[in-house]
Amino acid sequence: MELIFFFYFALVIALASVLVVALRNPIYSALSLLIMFFHVAGLYVTLHAEFLAAVQIIVYAGAILVLYLFVVMLLNLRHDERYHRQWPVAGLIGLTLVIEGLVLAIFSRRTASSGPTSTETAVEGLGNTEAIGDVLYSTYLFPFEVASLILLVAMIGAIILAKRNIGQDDGLHVANAQVETR
Amino acid sequence: MTSFGSDLLAILPELIVVTAACLVLVLDPVTPASKKELLAWISLGALALCIGLTGGQIGMLNMRVFAFNDLVVVDAYARFWKLLLYVVTGLTILMSLPYLKVERLQLGEYYGFTLLALSGMLVMVSGADLLTIYLGTELMSLSLYVMAGLKRSPRSLEASAKYFVLGAFSSGLLLYGISLLYGATGGTKLASIAGAIGTRGFEDPLLLIATILLTVGFGFKLAVVPFHMWTPDVYQGAPTSVTAFMAVASKAASFAAFLRVFVEGLGGLKADWSPLFLALCLVTLILGNVVAIVQTNIKRMLAYSSIAHAGYALIGLVAAGRGMGESGATSGLASVMLYLVVYAFMTLGAFAVIGMFRKGGIEGEEIEDFSGLAKRQPLAALLMLVFMVSLAGIPPTAGFIGKFYVFMAAVEAGLSWLAVAALIFAAVSAYYYMRVVMVMYMREPEATVVDIPQLVPSPALSIVLACAIAGVIIFGLFPNPLVSLALQSVLSLK
Repeated sequence: MELIFFFYFALVIALASVLVVALRNPIYSALSLLIMFFHVAGLYVTLHAEFLAAVQIIVYAGAILVLYLFVVMLLNLRHDERYHRQWPVAGLIGLTLVIEGLVLAIFSRRTASSGPTSTETAVEGLGNTEAIGDVLYSTYLFPFEVASLILLVAMIGAIILAKRNIGQDDGLHVANAQVETR
Repeated sequence: MTSFGSDLLAILPELIVVTAACLVLVLDPVTPASKKELLAWISLGALALCIGLTGGQIGMLNMRVFAFNDLVVVDAYARFWKLLLYVVTGLTILMSLPYLKVERLQLGEYYGFTLLALSGMLVMVSGADLLTIYLGTELMSLSLYVMAGLKRSPRSLEASAKYFVLGAFSSGLLLYGISLLYGATGGTKLASIAGAIGTRGFEDPLLLIATILLTVGFGFKLAVVPFHMWTPDVYQGAPTSVTAFMAVASKAASFAAFLRVFVEGLGGLKADWSPLFLALCLVTLILGNVVAIVQTNIKRMLAYSSIAHAGYALIGLVAAGRGMGESGATSGLASVMLYLVVYAFMTLGAFAVIGMFRKGGIEGEEIEDFSGLAKRQPLAALLMLVFMVSLAGIPPTAGFIGKFYVFMAAVEAGLSWLAVAALIFAAVSAYYYMRVVMVMYMREPEATVVDIPQLVPSPALSIVLACAIAGVIIFGLFPNPLVSLALQSVLSLK
């Protein structure tokens, strides 16, 4: 039963991802991205990671995608034909990789690994949310802090690159003038 | 869990660098444009503190500190790379002082991002877990994407955008490889991955795919052919001081993480990755050296040269993979470390000379701009001569020592033919390096050029050039202390 759900979600994720890059209308692309996000959330549910599933929907589908759609609509992007000339090559390489993956998956005598401890045992007794919080702020505190630095860099970087006229000639003069008038 | 205090103590250099970066970013808006240099001095002070901290421990080769639940390790190997990264970052900041003034690019953020990129590199270098290494890589790359676009000319922005798109793509592949590795071995810690591979053998196809994806992901960061496409455009478009930083520091940090992942984590798959790297190394040597010949822009030429140098350094890793006994692997890895130190000094020096020529509207980046330099600026021409000779690998410079140990490692591992092939390509590379020398010494300055690029000397730049030339000459004449330090540092990598 779980396998059926897994394959359904996996297949839809793969298809929706292909549609995101293949569709010519950016709005359709964004909407297939939405479908993909929902199915990824479904995958989390089958893994008993309900908290992650909820966060996935709230953050990605709810916040990020809406922003994305806003930008697409504000910029009024036209259909973009530029990237569709590489279809045959990309299709060929993709097909080769898919066949290779299938061959490896079917013909290898891969034994199921003892693998990581499943979420079920990890969240046992604790709540889902509590288990994540516990791990995030104790075991993985260091990566968590590094990730926050990455977000800081991304934020400041976006502001700098979007700001006009810094460092350019007139920009510097304006800045100097402001400093002098102060 | 060890006490939190000792964890923080272990990452003290990282904390200092990040604190200094935040300080610079906060102070930037309240610093008048004429006093932005103050921010550079704050950064340099923090770096000096770090050099003192890490340098003081460089003698303690057996000290191996794990922190934050074994996600971070500070061992002799990490300290070796950290020390190199501090020095390179410090020289880059010194080099930027006059360069940014000429470019009218006095941004405090520049120094903040340099330090943040450095903190990412430090995390990569001492990551004992794939998660930490990945996040360090991202921190470094994101800072570099922004720095590449700081000049805000169309070319600089194009460089930034290209670097960002391809870098994000390669990060995705790296992450995919890491997740497959997690699925196959049940852990992201390098030690637990090595343990799982040791007990389960290589027949798992997932491991093979994960290895390939990791190679591709790191290949982008190292600019190894065929993942080098972004390098020439980005190196050309980015401000020269940023190019130097990217070519030296980011390459060194990526190599450090790359070696640690493949030796410490995937050491059991040696037989699988060694031929893979052999192929990459050969293609890189051929393409990097041959395409560099036809370049007319010196920054593009140095970009291809840096691709080729990554190929030379890979020889050491291939040799380490092939090395039968423990000693073979050790000398192979140590030769990579040695090569990157040497490469750092000569490349920084060459970029510092190029940066000097930037003046007003003249880029001073075409090789033709250097014609007759020996007549106009004999000292600068002499310095450039030494750096070019060293890059070509001619004794008695450090470039020769670096190549010598890499080739020796290849011969020891039974790959004499690879050493011979690499030697032939080193001869090819001598052609394009010597062309710069020829243009400087044999050609008259062109009369048609109205505004001949002039040198813009400054005390800060003199320090950089003095350090670079000292590194090239001293490591060329007395390599022994450095060699033995590399050999001993690499022992902790097991």
